[in-house]
Amino acid sequence: MTESNLMLEHPLAKYLRQERMPHIWCEGCGNGVLLCSFFEALDELKLDLDKLVVVSGIGCIGRAAGYVNVDSFHTTHGRAIAFATGVKLANPDLKVVVISGDGDLFAIGGNHFIHAARRNVDIKVICANNFNYGMTGGQYGPTTPLDSWTTTTPYGNIEHPFNLVHLAAASGAVYVARWTTLQVRRLRNSIEKALQKEGLSFIEVISPCPEIYDRYNKLGTAIDVMKRFKLVSEVRHGYDPAKAEITKDQIIVGEFIDIEKPSYGRLFREMTAKVQKKLKGGKAKCERK
Amino acid sequence: MEKKNRAVLTGTHFMSGDLACAEGAIAAGCRFFGGYPITPATEIAERMARRMPEIGGVYIQMEDEIGSIAAIIGASYAGKKAMTATSGPGFSLMQENIGLAVMTEAPLVIVDIMRGGPSTGQPTMPGQQDMMQAKWGSHGDYEIIALAPSSVQEMFDLTIECFNLAETYRVPVMLLADEIIGHMWERVKIPPPEEIVLVSRKKPKVPPNEYHPFKPDGNLVPPMACFGEGYRFHATGLTHDEKGAPKTVSIEEQTKLVKRLCDKIRKNAGKIIKVEEVMLEDAEVAVIAYGITSRAALSAVRKARKEGIKAGLLRLITIWPFPEELVAGIAKKVNVIIVPEMNYGQLVREVERVAKTTPVFLLSKLGEEPHRPSEIIEAMRRALK
Repeated sequence: MTESNLMLEHPLAKYLRQERMPHIWCEGCGNGVLLCSFFEALDELKLDLDKLVVVSGIGCIGRAAGYVNVDSFHTTHGRAIAFATGVKLANPDLKVVVISGDGDLFAIGGNHFIHAARRNVDIKVICANNFNYGMTGGQYGPTTPLDSWTTTTPYGNIEHPFNLVHLAAASGAVYVARWTTLQVRRLRNSIEKALQKEGLSFIEVISPCPEIYDRYNKLGTAIDVMKRFKLVSEVRHGYDPAKAEITKDQIIVGEFIDIEKPSYGRLFREMTAKVQKKLKGGKAKCERK
Repeated sequence: MEKKNRAVLTGTHFMSGDLACAEGAIAAGCRFFGGYPITPATEIAERMARRMPEIGGVYIQMEDEIGSIAAIIGASYAGKKAMTATSGPGFSLMQENIGLAVMTEAPLVIVDIMRGGPSTGQPTMPGQQDMMQAKWGSHGDYEIIALAPSSVQEMFDLTIECFNLAETYRVPVMLLADEIIGHMWERVKIPPPEEIVLVSRKKPKVPPNEYHPFKPDGNLVPPMACFGEGYRFHATGLTHDEKGAPKTVSIEEQTKLVKRLCDKIRKNAGKIIKVEEVMLEDAEVAVIAYGITSRAALSAVRKARKEGIKAGLLRLITIWPFPEELVAGIAKKVNVIIVPEMNYGQLVREVERVAKTTPVFLLSKLGEEPHRPSEIIEAMRRALK
């Protein structure tokens, strides 16, 4: 008997395109934790995988779409949400999840995010926030903390970072949560919740970047970073997202927003039904007078 | 049945080019429009906003043209026939994702009602300044299809043709109209639905576990599964193999993919290309024109014949792929070629490329007014001297 015959299949293996392994992510990277939590949520909800679409943009976590064993699309940089908007509106039976990074979603793709949240498109956005552009070798991005060292802030970062949960809440997202890759059970619960809610849900996942950002900024190994997450994380559900800025000493995590609001798709379908009812009753005409 | 009639407005109408384009799209089966307002294409979005709910389609006004084209690629992958409409500045913003649509072989239609550029240019004035951008605007080697309507009727007919070509070849297809064609009002005949020829993308005939999303069949085009149909496939803007797996450092995969993406258009060019030839049999001077300019050119050719000038017209309906064999054949027979364009010389470069030793004269016009037939006749006289 060969060694491989003795190995048991991982209970979540069916969610992974195993022929695409090994993945490209570094040892200690949080992307694996994020993806595993996503798979656990899918497993828990027993979702119809034929009706699930995963969309990602460009960057390390952008490769996630290629690893997920469902219909998936790896878009151009920043355009995942706009693409996902088209998918969801064209076929409302699909569950559409965007998994992408802080640079992709909030620098080059920032405009698409705020408008998708404003119009409340029924998509779920999971953001791996590692505070830098990892794939291109560690440049500063829209969430890089002040004073951090990156290859394009050789004298320290002088740009103020986005507070993503505040941005998401202000833009109109119906569900906003933040977790670090340490709080895997809570992260999974949040993903489950997001998948079942109507409208744009946003989950920020604070993730270690041991080979690049964390190393440049002397934050220690991935284990050290996880230990730091434990030390500085504070769970505060319902906390004002405006006050939840990430600092050196504190990462407020939890569910910040959980509200109900009709999605664009629902409102569009309701409008369509009204228009068609009027047409059948002869009250509206195709041609303008 | 009632629904179908509501979609195809069979009958004779008086409408603008923009409206005819929207109705052509609807008649072609377009059920998703993603756009952003821009002069002189806004009327297409307005018509779609009103018509889509009537026929069970989707209208979404995105935050910009980058989002518009991203959304229609998504809608196309979700199984809908999808379109966007724009003009120069928006067309520039779309170039990035035109590359994505080419790379992921998303069937879709992009309407560009051309105005004067560069930059904001002359929003309400006609132009033919995006002819080269349509072909070369996105990075990398690729081929697209572009058609140029010259009447409101053709705004209807060629929009349907755009959808059929997009679905046949899994490629973005562009309708390159100018502001005059977009805003001009003319009579349009919309045929009964059963007389409209419609093409839909080929679907895979294999079970999901055997499906390779980018494995082409005989005519170099892969059958297309859509999201939600159980095929669970992956598509990426990265260079990929037939299974859709990224191949970012392989010379073989890059060569194989890029060549196929180009060849599926190049090798089918004969089937794609449409032109109109007028009095070219014995012509000594050929005018090669498209869009609004071709109408003045036709008038000029007829008048020139009365004056005894042996003139003929080649009206390009298909711009890309460029009908190079046809133009080369005409160049061999005539003494000179005149290319009137509402730009500072774009498609004339393609004509020059294939005309070899036959002299080619550009008749450029920029701004408010299209060419007058008299100006084209004058150019003929000068060229024949």
